Amino acid sequence: MYSEEHQKYLKKIKINKFFIRFTQLLIVFLILFLWQFAANHNLINTFISSSPKAIINTIIELYKNETLFHHIWITFYEVIISFLIATIGGIIIATILWRFKFISKVIDPYLTILNSLPKVSLGPIIIILAGASTKAIIIMALFISIIITIINVQQAFTSTDENKIRLLKSFKAKPHQIFFKLILPSNYNNLINVCKVNIGLIFIGVIMGEFLVSKAGVGYLIMYGSQVFNLNLVMTGIILLCIMASLLYYLIVFVEKRLQK
Amino acid sequence: MEILKVKHLRKTYHTKKHEILAVEDFSFNLKQGEFVAIVGPSGCGKSTILSILCGLDKPSSGTIEINNNLKFGYMLQGDNLFEWRTIYKNCLIGLELENKLTKENLDYVNHLLDTYGLKDFKKAYPNNLSGGMRQRVSLIRTLATKPDILFLDEPFSALDYQTRLAVSDDVYKIIKKEKKSAIMVTHDLSEAISMADRVIVMSPRPSTIKNIYEIKLTGKSTPIQNRKAKEFADYYDKIWKDIDYHV
Repeated sequence: MYSEEHQKYLKKIKINKFFIRFTQLLIVFLILFLWQFAANHNLINTFISSSPKAIINTIIELYKNETLFHHIWITFYEVIISFLIATIGGIIIATILWRFKFISKVIDPYLTILNSLPKVSLGPIIIILAGASTKAIIIMALFISIIITIINVQQAFTSTDENKIRLLKSFKAKPHQIFFKLILPSNYNNLINVCKVNIGLIFIGVIMGEFLVSKAGVGYLIMYGSQVFNLNLVMTGIILLCIMASLLYYLIVFVEKRLQK
Repeated sequence: MEILKVKHLRKTYHTKKHEILAVEDFSFNLKQGEFVAIVGPSGCGKSTILSILCGLDKPSSGTIEINNNLKFGYMLQGDNLFEWRTIYKNCLIGLELENKLTKENLDYVNHLLDTYGLKDFKKAYPNNLSGGMRQRVSLIRTLATKPDILFLDEPFSALDYQTRLAVSDDVYKIIKKEKKSAIMVTHDLSEAISMADRVIVMSPRPSTIKNIYEIKLTGKSTPIQNRKAKEFADYYDKIWKDIDYHV
């Protein structure tokens, strides 16, 4: 049983947490309300700025002609595939660079150049090489995220505590033992952070790719909407992306918490 | 019986601009069950000698003779415990790496943890332990692979003074009880005199052995008790003059 003072302290934390959540929700509702209010009273031009009601109607419409989940699924599929390849591939390449310093030094300037190159400029080449398909979109997303993944993961791996490596070496540890017993587990938090950053980058890549070539997907909805000047559709696409991105982010946080137990 | 013979060890470090002669000449023999301390001014290559002895570094020249495959255990500055492993798992790391997780060895680790006051902490994580206890875990991790000779590289320098005294007493008792030989590098003269049977004093870089003292104290027992011996201050004085610190 806690003392009275401690109970008060716990209560204070709880109340504080509640108010933070409350204010966060309040902001969302306030924005939605003001937006709808302004739209209803012709304070804004709904043709350009759309309105919450119109967005909901658009979603219902998309749902009714059975394309809503199709578009979401296409984008989701592209994001997941690119995310898995970029993260796993990035970690594997970073591991090779950590293990073989020679390769790492040789490849370093190329990585730096590729990293600072605006990847969108590769778009036309990717389309020509991979064809106007989902493949091109995934390659686009990979280009945007894998380079920075490699750089970040390698950085994390090489800054592992030198003394701990010496300790393992004093037990005559082989490189793969050092990797699996020390490098990987000690960089657990760094890897999770890389995943979190990657989700954002992958979304940029996928939507960019969909803008360029797609026949379906949320990025396609936005592009199509802007071409036929249906701003309701554009706004709907953005809202859908917000929801998808935050869902994936919290999925990673969920996985992180599960692994920590 | 002499179990380790080091002859004319020499070590040069190379950088792009310089060639640094860290250790010029280092020869000495370690006897079975002996505790030897190496002291010297900072940067004199004390730690270098230890890393060469336990095979982490290669000497430029000189020989190291070891009696019939004796095993080494290396204890570095700081405890270097793995925060994501429990105390028990931390102690097993050496055995895991050497693929020796036999029932006998696991029993030995359990025995060590029980004997040295960590029985209730086997499932705890390192950040729940005090600095002194962590250091004990670090020693048990080293002992788990049953080394014959321990190399201690400033093992207590990360601890505050009080803990340091207590832990060095602790570690000394454990090493003596498990009948291990040990070579310890330290910059703390009283620590060296209170723990060691012999103290080797190194000169500044390029370092050679300046002097070797057999530490003979009346009523020699544990390090904390040894500090009260009447010869203690004499040894301290002599070694201090040998090292010739300039501030």
